[in-house]
Amino acid sequence: MLLYALRRVLTALPLLLGVATIVFLVLALAPGDPASFYLTPGMSPEALEQIRRNLGLDAPLHVQYGRWLLSFLQGDFGQSLVGGMPVRDRILAVLPNTLLLAGVALALAFAAGVLLGVIQASRQHSLLDSVASGASLLFYSMPSFWLAIMMILVFSVNAGNVWGWPVSFPPSGITSDGYDLMGTADQIRDRIRHLTLPALTLALVLAGGIARYVRNSMLEVLGQDYIRTARAKGLPEWKVVWKHALRNALIPVVTLLGVYFPLLLGGAVFVEYVFAWPGMGRLMVESILLEDYPVVLAGSFLFGGMVVLGNLLADLLYGVVDPRIRHGQG
Amino acid sequence: MEGGAALVLWIALLALAAARLDRVLEAPGGALDQRLALLTLVLALGAVWWWSWVGVRGGGLPSVAGRGPGSGILPGGWPAFRKNRMAVLGLWIAGILYLAMLLAPFLAPFDPLAMPAFHETGDAGMRLAPPSRAHIMGTDQYSRDVLSRILYGARISLTIGLLAVGISITLGTFLGAVAGYLGGVVDAVLMRLLDMFMAFPSIVLLLAVVALFEPSLPLVVAALALTQWPFTTRMVRGEILALREREFAEAARALGFSRFRILLRHLLPNALPAVVVVATLGVGNAIVLEAGLSFLGLGVPAATPSWGTMVDHGRAYLLDAWWVVTFPGLAIVLAVLAFNLLGDGLRDVLDPRQGGRAEP
Repeated sequence: MLLYALRRVLTALPLLLGVATIVFLVLALAPGDPASFYLTPGMSPEALEQIRRNLGLDAPLHVQYGRWLLSFLQGDFGQSLVGGMPVRDRILAVLPNTLLLAGVALALAFAAGVLLGVIQASRQHSLLDSVASGASLLFYSMPSFWLAIMMILVFSVNAGNVWGWPVSFPPSGITSDGYDLMGTADQIRDRIRHLTLPALTLALVLAGGIARYVRNSMLEVLGQDYIRTARAKGLPEWKVVWKHALRNALIPVVTLLGVYFPLLLGGAVFVEYVFAWPGMGRLMVESILLEDYPVVLAGSFLFGGMVVLGNLLADLLYGVVDPRIRHGQG
Repeated sequence: MEGGAALVLWIALLALAAARLDRVLEAPGGALDQRLALLTLVLALGAVWWWSWVGVRGGGLPSVAGRGPGSGILPGGWPAFRKNRMAVLGLWIAGILYLAMLLAPFLAPFDPLAMPAFHETGDAGMRLAPPSRAHIMGTDQYSRDVLSRILYGARISLTIGLLAVGISITLGTFLGAVAGYLGGVVDAVLMRLLDMFMAFPSIVLLLAVVALFEPSLPLVVAALALTQWPFTTRMVRGEILALREREFAEAARALGFSRFRILLRHLLPNALPAVVVVATLGVGNAIVLEAGLSFLGLGVPAATPSWGTMVDHGRAYLLDAWWVVTFPGLAIVLAVLAFNLLGDGLRDVLDPRQGGRAEP
């Protein structure tokens, strides 16, 4: 297992480097002079030249790349063009929110997806199966920003007032006003209420795909000989399905985690934007609109990095879950 | 030689579409626009038909192993595809959408761009009018008919999606074939490059490129192609790797055909069905991504009726006029659903056992 883990980590590291390199390539190929960000009216050409020298822009490209890479890997992403704060601080302030949202959404999506997939597999070709497959595909085809807006339309507090339902959720932000004055229980309740709509939106899009994958995996497992043996032994059907089949069916689903990370994080960009959730996705969009390029670059790198790390974790989890992997080729 | 000629025609079509791209954004263009679009459609369909049917029947693609005569690009052919009801449904919806897009000037009841001033209509109530007999999908905040705008928005979304995917599969097929066939260092390097690109969520890559380069429509298309090429490359590489070991490839090698010829005339045609699947699903992705970009205001110019832009502009009136946001979104869902259904159906026809693979 250790060897497997080590090998996986070793492949992930150059990937991180590669991600950083691609970000640098985009920056290098882009038109425009980075020094011009610091341009003020009436600045003399000599001053601009000095700025270029200070920023190290006069060095040859590979030297720039080396310096840039080194500082990136040390976590120094430069200074934001908006307000001059170190980019790292701005990102660290919002990163936990994104992780919270993505984590909750992923958990929800997996729980619902696995449940639905298993039920679909045990009732193959039934009406439930068809309806669920249709719904899964429908949600998978929805743009996340539109689904988010529809959720606001139907379930938000303002909508509740307009349509007149009893249960509604806040459509934006991470906490309400007066959060600091609330008691702990109220604080937790407030947080959950604010988390509901965004997490649900993200989860809905993913759950369908997960359900479909689990369904197919379960169908394959249920056709295996050992399942037939279990049934012949007289085990109750629910035990056959949930205790024996599911465990084996879930193994390839772990690899699905890796595939879904980019989708999850990508969806988070729009969901955060629509729900005004103060996370990395919204930071990215805001920075683009404000032309705060250091943040855009650092954010891109971090998104790529998170996906690489997520894949690594999924691979390690796969090694834990499937003994064949960690004892075999790996 | 048929393969080469078809390749040239394909590239010519892509170039034609790229050159016509700015016309996509133009206001309703009248009869010439229609004839041009219909001509393009006929040419494209004719090219695909000619290559997949005539090529096989005439014995032009001799190594189409395992397929019956005249079955074209799909193993088992059209009858197998027709049995998959979801795929046929997808094909219908996509076809209708494409037709609606081409015939928009005839179908749209109102001018999508006109903003009737109060003194023209004499009726201020036409702003944000709910769905009615005159305006089936209501009007937006400038009294523009939503249905008409959706019909014209189809042009933008579909054209950009198809063009971006066209470019990405051309690039992806070439790279994947080379990597798969040559193997070794080339393959290893390409695979690492693929992994690096695929580490970025598509929207993030798209945003980074669009932010740093000068905004323009060709940039959006190029950036979209950039997010989709890895999928095609990986698929083609896998197919070529598998096909390389089959008997007909061995026979071709034994007969002394050049490596280039084997790749182009024997291996690639058998890899094409997989490319079609990836391309179809990719169009769905591209449409959603373009809509997302336009929603953020970073895609097409704000004045043009892209579905994403419509959702963005209608957001402010969400609770007062739900139809301004809902219907464009439904159009996006419909288009993406069509291509997803079609792509899934094609994938099932090609390899029914593949149902467990989740290709985003």
